Amino acid sequence: MIREFTKGLWKENPIFVQVLGMCPTLAVTTRALFGFSMGMATLFVVVCSSVVVSSIRRFVPRQVRIPMFTIIIATFVTAADYFLKANFYQISKALGPYVPLIVVNCLILGRAEAFASKNGVGRAFMDALGMGAGFTCALVVLGSVRELLGAGSVFGYRLMRDGFTEWVVMILPAGAFLTLGLLVGLFNIINSKKRGAVRAG
Amino acid sequence: MKKLTINVSPHIVSAMDTRYMMKGVVKALIPVLMASLWFFRWQAFGVILAAVAGSVLTEYSLQKIRNRRICTGDYSALVTGLLLAMVLPPSIPLWMAFLGGVFAIGMGKEIFGGLGFNIFNPALLARAFLMSAFPIALTSWIRPVTLDAVTTATPLGLAKFNHVLTPYASLFFGNVAGSLGEGSALAILPGLVYLLYRKIIDYRIPAAYAVTVAVFSGAAYLIAPEKFMPPLFHVLAGGFLLGAVFMATDPVTSPVTKKGRWIFGIGCGLITMTIRLWGGLPEGVMYSILLMEACTPLINRIARPVRYGTGKER
Repeated sequence: MIREFTKGLWKENPIFVQVLGMCPTLAVTTRALFGFSMGMATLFVVVCSSVVVSSIRRFVPRQVRIPMFTIIIATFVTAADYFLKANFYQISKALGPYVPLIVVNCLILGRAEAFASKNGVGRAFMDALGMGAGFTCALVVLGSVRELLGAGSVFGYRLMRDGFTEWVVMILPAGAFLTLGLLVGLFNIINSKKRGAVRAG
Repeated sequence: MKKLTINVSPHIVSAMDTRYMMKGVVKALIPVLMASLWFFRWQAFGVILAAVAGSVLTEYSLQKIRNRRICTGDYSALVTGLLLAMVLPPSIPLWMAFLGGVFAIGMGKEIFGGLGFNIFNPALLARAFLMSAFPIALTSWIRPVTLDAVTTATPLGLAKFNHVLTPYASLFFGNVAGSLGEGSALAILPGLVYLLYRKIIDYRIPAAYAVTVAVFSGAAYLIAPEKFMPPLFHVLAGGFLLGAVFMATDPVTSPVTKKGRWIFGIGCGLITMTIRLWGGLPEGVMYSILLMEACTPLINRIARPVRYGTGKER
């Protein structure tokens, strides 16, 4: 059970390993806070939809499962969207269309199809929680790096001294690609080092 | 035991190796470097030093970390650093020039697997990065020689936004505001002759590029002389000469066939002039070369030479 949770954090990290959900990953990570909000919204949707999909998996005919998944996901996305709009209006405005677009985030449909529809509720819950947490962590890391270099702060706390020149490119789309590419590279380096150590030992 | 070594083509062994070519480019750059030092004095010296240090140190340390053969001896990182310095404005903070060198080698070359595997010219890529990271620093210019702190505009900027034609003599000698190495046609032309004479570059890309720029701007000038500048201005002003001689001819990122090189040069010319005449920026040489480099694999595919005996019958 614990492994179902932890695999999403590292071994099967949705962004750095599976490279899923690139659209929000690249678009909203101009600030660490936006990355975090996006991650939490996605976490909510993936957990709820996985649990529902898993609990009704015996009653859904195979032929119509994809429309079913989509409706379930869309329901929770709408809820998340309205929740953000009602309680965190500024963040909702900053995330723009990317909150409703969680519907088409392949991470969520992917978990529903590949995991939740084949496993029990408990395992599906842990899996979704891990995936959502892994997604959130990756978005926060990406957002922190971009915010630090692009605006000199992280989560709004100023870390650079006053003379710091902002790297405008980091909050532009090009900066998103650069940072993501370098982070994926770093991830692979760490993983291959680990694998090498395991083999040697 | 004999070892079977497998190499990529070309298999002909000649004196023309990377080191020889890069040394040639450095020699060809000498007049340009002198001109930049003459016009921008200590500012130029600092920028050149910072860019070269950034690129050479990055290459050395990355190859060291990755346990690869250290290739700093082939001068390619030195050339990248020098070329980068030549396309930077003289007033740029030195740490930005250094960062540009790091980016050129790290993200422009080594990440692809080192020299020969890069898609883009590292120096231009670094300039594009700096341009989008620090747009203000990369578009502030100072007057040459006097080094007034007063910022001024480049000839292309003056032409585009104020419709002022800079005298040809200033453009030719380089007594204009601009990047370190782009001002002086007089300093670039000996390099061109030398590179062509030593067969380090092919005449086709610069020729196609120059003809396209001249024809395009000539046509625009004939149609609307009150709006556009004459062709000679477009050839002399801005980074065209420097780009056509030292950047567009990069052996790694330009097409390999003769036909491909014509296409490459013409494409560079068309994009440059489109940006210069109708784009938001006054200058388009950097983006035109980068865009055409992105097309190089396609051009190589289109412009494949016909195999002997398989072509159309005469």
